[in-house]
Amino acid sequence: MINSSLKQFSQMLAKKEISSAELTQAFLQRIDALNPTLNAYITLDQDKTLAQAKAADARIAAGNAEALTGIPIAQKDIFCANGWRTTCGSRMLENFIAPYDAFVIKKFDAAGAVNLGKTNMDEFAMGSSNETSYFGSVKNPWDMTRVPGGSSGGSAAAVAARLCAAATGTDTGGSIRQPASLCGFTGLKPTYGLVSRYGMIAFASSLDQAGPMAKSAEDCALMMNVMAGFDEKDSTSINRVKEDYTRDLNKPLNGLRIGLPKEYFADGLEANVGAVVQAAIAEYKKLGAEIVDISLPNTKLSIPVYYVIAPAEASSNLSRYDGVRYGHRAKEYTDLIDMYCKTRAEGFGAEVKRRILIGTYVLSAGYYDAYYLQAQKIRRLIAQDFADAFKQCDIIMGPAAPSTAFKIGEKVDDPVAMYLQDIYTIAVNLAGLPGMSIPAGFSNGLPVGLQIIGNYFDEARMLNVGHAYQQVTDWHTKMPEGI
Amino acid sequence: MQWEVVIGLETHVQLQTNTKQFSGASTAFGAEPNTQACEVSIALPGVLPVLNKKSVECAIKFGLAIDAEIAPRSVFARKNYFYPDLPKGYQISQYELPVVGKGKLNIQVGDQEKTINITRAHLEEDAGKSVHGAQEGMSGIDLNRAGTPLLEIVTEPDMRCAAEAVAYAKKLHELVQWIGICDGNMQEGSFRCDVNVSVRPKGSDKLGTRREIKNLNSFKFMQQAIEYETQWQIETLEDGGKIEQATVLFNPDTSETRAMRSKEEANDYRYFPDPDLLPLEVTEADKARVKAEMPELPEAMQARFEAEYGLSAYDAATLTSSRAVANYFVETLGAFGGEPKLVANWVMGDFSAYINNNSELFNFGQPPLRPNQLAGLLNRIEDNTISNKIAKEVFARMCEKVSLHVAIANNLEKDWQFGSDELADEIIEEKGLKQVSDSGAIEAIVDEVIAANAAMVDEFKAGKEKAFNALVGQCMKASKGKANPAQVNELLKKKLGA
Repeated sequence: MINSSLKQFSQMLAKKEISSAELTQAFLQRIDALNPTLNAYITLDQDKTLAQAKAADARIAAGNAEALTGIPIAQKDIFCANGWRTTCGSRMLENFIAPYDAFVIKKFDAAGAVNLGKTNMDEFAMGSSNETSYFGSVKNPWDMTRVPGGSSGGSAAAVAARLCAAATGTDTGGSIRQPASLCGFTGLKPTYGLVSRYGMIAFASSLDQAGPMAKSAEDCALMMNVMAGFDEKDSTSINRVKEDYTRDLNKPLNGLRIGLPKEYFADGLEANVGAVVQAAIAEYKKLGAEIVDISLPNTKLSIPVYYVIAPAEASSNLSRYDGVRYGHRAKEYTDLIDMYCKTRAEGFGAEVKRRILIGTYVLSAGYYDAYYLQAQKIRRLIAQDFADAFKQCDIIMGPAAPSTAFKIGEKVDDPVAMYLQDIYTIAVNLAGLPGMSIPAGFSNGLPVGLQIIGNYFDEARMLNVGHAYQQVTDWHTKMPEGI
Repeated sequence: MQWEVVIGLETHVQLQTNTKQFSGASTAFGAEPNTQACEVSIALPGVLPVLNKKSVECAIKFGLAIDAEIAPRSVFARKNYFYPDLPKGYQISQYELPVVGKGKLNIQVGDQEKTINITRAHLEEDAGKSVHGAQEGMSGIDLNRAGTPLLEIVTEPDMRCAAEAVAYAKKLHELVQWIGICDGNMQEGSFRCDVNVSVRPKGSDKLGTRREIKNLNSFKFMQQAIEYETQWQIETLEDGGKIEQATVLFNPDTSETRAMRSKEEANDYRYFPDPDLLPLEVTEADKARVKAEMPELPEAMQARFEAEYGLSAYDAATLTSSRAVANYFVETLGAFGGEPKLVANWVMGDFSAYINNNSELFNFGQPPLRPNQLAGLLNRIEDNTISNKIAKEVFARMCEKVSLHVAIANNLEKDWQFGSDELADEIIEEKGLKQVSDSGAIEAIVDEVIAANAAMVDEFKAGKEKAFNALVGQCMKASKGKANPAQVNELLKKKLGA
């Protein structure tokens, strides 16, 4: 049962084959059994969760259920949820109880979904392995010695191990797609501005975007129907007509032009991963798609550009954690400056501090033009690369990550090696485009993701492309053994 | 050596909006600490700013009022620094691209007119307040003010003495109230000036090193602070010292300025465009819409008063010194319909004097008499029911009645409205102050006075013109001031054969 699709859960609930309370209990029991090993959740609150499930049951009984009413969803611990501890994976917010709901949380509440708990993540979403979390690393359900990817590592492990029906994530440089690839499920980062950032704790404001993490493209489409929408509280939110993301799921792919960027299949890509991706593309040819060779010439610049812009914004976004109003405050200090220094030294982990330092440096007088301004110019070039590419093709495909899941601890001491995990995903954030990763096979027993990049607001088409593949393959139904 | 002082001002004008610059929290002054601090004001994790459209309109209004370029696209930037009353750790401001560009404001010092060039005006948000001493050994933070909309207005270093700086500040203070973007309340911090002062040898075109006097919230303090600072800088230089760039504070108790921090301690604010806000676009249509809502500006109104009502430049300037005065004048004139000069004299004369003497109760925005009531009084002068002198008496009585009523209403914290539009007539009636124009009655008085003042009559007949005036005075006195003076004059002349 726990392997069911969202649609199937919804039907079971509608037919009263199971109640939301029972379904929720079933997931809570799995969490009880497996979370101590996987460490996917930071915060659970059975009372709150079950109260929501009961309310959902009442709603179902009253006959006004929506698609996700009564379905237990895991929320990345980056979303403020009223009355829930919201840590963002940091000691800084270890005891922070959010007094308000993020837009995304409100939307799921309004849809009648059940909040199962808050999932583990890299501290302030800064990481690609979930090892920077103050609450400990998360295990990859496919191999407990390996990372699930990051930063949405807790949501990733929860989806892969079926500790939730679906989950939310956020993606600033690949934080939905890379873990989706490493844990073998479907994850979508929407076009920037499609899902409101209000109440989603900021890492890099111009790049952060929330999206669904689920078992299939169809499930992601149903999640998007809840999450997407204009929000006047987010000035970067885009005011568009509401769309049904399931509407094109079953369209044929005849004549679909798939662009393969040569830069995504060059040095740095593990051969086995490349082979899985190529096999998936061959499957698309069978579905009627044609392949176009394209180039995204500035791909190699995306990591350096990202590691200027994201830390710059982060250094400012994280200034509010000063110990004055909420969050961690050092116990002993001599004066105000000492309080700031000790609070932040204790409250933030090493990776967060590294990025605050980089960001502060690149914005400093005398360096701003050389780093920040220059990076913004290259960012525009990267977006232009995609604009040019989409003149030749409808969809871009490639790997989501250069490798399968790596060992816990393997890259911890080498930030640059860690940053390279996001080589295929970061440019998409810099351009503000939508990107998705779907399970495409395995390499040595570890999942490999296929990345699908669409043009702005092309989510429905991307989900169609993912769904068509999932109708002729069963990679997305595979579960880790022993789980 | 002859020295020249060079002054430039940065003024923080708190915009009259109901809500904050980037959130829906109230901006009302004086609430209990932290009761007007919403999730955005206290910078909870995850909150985002949304620009207040009303504050943008205020900025456009100001730009139009000083004939400035209004940027079609301006950018909000983050000014990063740590301070306990700055909840986000950065202030949202405008840096490279402000909404209002170059403009100008004309000032008058003595008979000298001068144009002060305005460099820019930009939108930003205020910080909260640190409250010291409320608790032993601790500082409190009140975030009610955090996020309040401000327009920072920056001038070129165009002023050359304290008087010019004060004249500019006063003119600006009046203008922002006139166009309705600021309540002008300096005690509550709605209008605060930072003054940059430097000195240089007269004739030099190189600027000296400046020191910035922060947060002056009274024109008197501004005058004193600039005078002290100027003197201090000149003495320092004449003693062979050097001026170091610094931020200074003015102490009103000692009338001295003192350095607060030097340039070496200055922050690197690491400005960069705020990624949470889109660039601010102002279209021609936006400008046209705001322009349509703009009141007539003081200089235009002054010119119109001179041309249309034949008022002197001085009268027209006085009547347009504030929007409330101008409105009062225009409304009274409208209700009166007679000679504008009479209205001007009364508004600037007795009426202003009364308000000034009773400023705890009244101002032109909340005047003792409604325009209709004052017009009612002026009508009785115009139609000779009462003399100007009696009118002063009636006016005093009207005001007396009103202020008694207002004092009671204020005690009850009630809004007040007093008296009908015919208040003047009621008092004239009640006190029997109606001018006597009945020629029979006046003749009787004149006869009586002639009979009782034979000596004066003789003096007059002997050629003493002054005696005639004395006789008129006696007649007026005998009539308790109610006799029509023109008729008295005429009859006396006739009776005395003059």
